[in-house]
Amino acid sequence: MTVSLTIENLSAHYGTTQVLKDLSLSVAAGELVSLLGSSGCGKTTTLRIVAGFLQPTTGTVRLGDRDLTTLPAHARDIGLVFQNYALFPHLSVLDNVAFGLKQRDIGKPERVRRAIAMLERVGLAPLSDRLPSALSGGQKQRVALARALVIEPPLLMFDEPLSNLDAKLRIDMRVEIRQLQRANGTTSLYVTHDQEEAFSISDRVAIMNAGRILQLDTPEVLYRRPANAFVARFVGFENLIRMKVTGREGAMITAEAAGGTRLHLSQDVFGPIKDEFVLAARADGLSVRRDGEGIPATLGTRTYLGRAYQYKCETAAGEITANGALSDPLETGTRAVLTPVAEQCCILDPED
Amino acid sequence: MPTRVHPVLGAFAALVFLFLLAPLVIIVGASLSDTTFLTFPPQGLTLRWFSNIFHVEAFRRTAITSLQVAFLGTALSLLIGIPAAYALNRYRVELPRWLSTLFVLPILVPEIVFGFSLLKSITIGLGLPVYPSLILGHALLVLPYSVRVVGASLASFDFSVEEAARSLGCPPVKTFMTVVLPNIRAGVIAAFILAFITSINDVSVSVFLTGPGISTLPIQILAHMEQFFDPTIASVSVLLMLVTVGVMAVVEATLGLTFLTK
Repeated sequence: MTVSLTIENLSAHYGTTQVLKDLSLSVAAGELVSLLGSSGCGKTTTLRIVAGFLQPTTGTVRLGDRDLTTLPAHARDIGLVFQNYALFPHLSVLDNVAFGLKQRDIGKPERVRRAIAMLERVGLAPLSDRLPSALSGGQKQRVALARALVIEPPLLMFDEPLSNLDAKLRIDMRVEIRQLQRANGTTSLYVTHDQEEAFSISDRVAIMNAGRILQLDTPEVLYRRPANAFVARFVGFENLIRMKVTGREGAMITAEAAGGTRLHLSQDVFGPIKDEFVLAARADGLSVRRDGEGIPATLGTRTYLGRAYQYKCETAAGEITANGALSDPLETGTRAVLTPVAEQCCILDPED
Repeated sequence: MPTRVHPVLGAFAALVFLFLLAPLVIIVGASLSDTTFLTFPPQGLTLRWFSNIFHVEAFRRTAITSLQVAFLGTALSLLIGIPAAYALNRYRVELPRWLSTLFVLPILVPEIVFGFSLLKSITIGLGLPVYPSLILGHALLVLPYSVRVVGASLASFDFSVEEAARSLGCPPVKTFMTVVLPNIRAGVIAAFILAFITSINDVSVSVFLTGPGISTLPIQILAHMEQFFDPTIASVSVLLMLVTVGVMAVVEATLGLTFLTK
C-alpha cells in the first residue's frame, strides 16, 4: 500500500513572520525525499504541518487520495521518528513499540507478536523488557524506528533522527534506516541539516532557504549542477566568480572577470553560456599551478587537507579558495595561476 | 575519612537544631503531664489527656470536618491545578508571563487578607453555605501548591512524547491520561500531600469561613485553649504532628520508589 505525498502551495506564519512561502512538493510512492537546510529554513515547520501539529495558513497536504489538511494528528496514520527519540519513559521497550497497535485496537497476543517481530528486525528483541532509560542513544533510536514502522504507516517522517548520535553510529543508522525504508517501500520525508546525511540516504533532496524550496533534485544533480548561487554554496562551491563574455569563437568563449582576469571556456563542456554568467568552482575546481592559462593569483595561507594542499588566494576578482597538488607545495606569496577543472565547476545565471 | 567541621560551625548547627526541636520536645512533654494545666517539664506521667481528646465531642467533630475539607479542597485544587500547570508549561512561549504568577497569589497575599476577601466574596457575595465555602476557600488556598509542584514535574516532561503518542493514533485527552499523567505521577502525589498538610493546618483562612456549628480542628484547638488551658491542647498538637510525620513518611517511601523506577 504505497502512496504519494503531495504538498501544494503551503504557507505558514508564526505570529506575523511568514515561515513558509507557497511551498509545493511531491514525494512519489516509495520514494525518500529529504528537506535539507539550515535552522529556520522551514524544513521542520513543513514536517510538523504534514504531521498535523501545526496548521498552515494556506495550502493542502494530501496522502494518496486522502486530504490530510484538516485532519487531527492522531487520525493521519503517519509514522514519526523524532530527534530526541520521544520514547514513552514509563513504558517498556515492548510496550513502546506496541503502543500504536494498541491504539488500533489490535488484541494483545497479536500486538505482542508484531512488536516482537519488529524488534527482531532492528535487533532489539532481547531488550524488550527494559525501560527506555536503560538504553543507549542508538538503541533508543532503533526502538523509535520500530515503533513508527510497526503500524505500517503509508508515510514515514524523520525529524533530524541522527543528530543526537555520535559520528560512527550515525553512519550505521542511516544505512539501517535506508534498508528498512527500502524493504517496506514506505514513502518517506526526511528532515536534516546535514548535507552528507541527506545525500547518502535520499532518492531526491529539496534544498530549502527562507521558507522556500530552492532546488529539488537527485543528489547527483544537486552536487554537480546546482541551479543557483545559494544551492551552489550549500553543496560546496566555495568560489563564485562573476564573468562577462568578451568573445565567441565556435564552441569556445572568452570571458573576463573584475580586474581583467581572462578565461577561455568551452561550451561543449559547460553547455550554452550566456553573455553574463557566474563561474562556480569548488576548491578542487581551481587547480593551483606555477604557470599556464588561468586566473593570476598571489598565494596566501596554505593548509594541508590530506589529499591536497589548500590555498587562500588573492586575485583581481577577489579572494578565492583553491587546491594544489601534494607533489608541489608552494610558499605564501608565490605568484601562480588558478586553472578551472571542468568537472568541478559549473555555470550559473547571475540573477539567481 | 570523615570531613572535619569547624567547632564554631558545629556549635551553630547544634543551636539551630535545638531551636527547631525544642518546641516539639516541650509539646510532647506537656502532653504527658499529670496536671490540669499546661506545664513543662511534665509533673508525673499520664496518657489521660490523649484519651480526653476522644471524650471531647468538639475535637472529634472538627477533626472529621478538617479531614473532609482538606481532602475535598485538595482534590478540587488538583482538578484545577493539573490542567492549569499543563497549559502553563505546554504553551509557555505563547502565554503571558504574569499568568503563572496569578496562580501563586494565594501565597503572596497575607493569609488574613486572603481569608477576609474569601469571606466577602464566597460567603457573603455568593451566599454559599459554610461547608462548601470552606472547601472552595481551601481549594484556592492550596492551589499554588498544586500548580507549582505539578508544574515542576511538567517542566522536565518532554512534550514531544505527547506528539509521538498522537502520531501513533492516540487522541489528545487519551494521550493526557495514558502518557502525560503517568509521567508526572510523582509530582501529583507530592502536590496532594503538600496541599493536604497546608489545608489541615490552616487557621487564618478557616477562621473567616467557619460558621455556626461547623469548625475545623486548628480553630477548635484555639477555642479549647482559651477556655481550658489543659494539656489536651498539647496532646492534640502531638497527634496532629504525628499525622503529618506519618503522611510525610509515606510520601518519602512512595516517591522514593517512583523516582527509582523513573
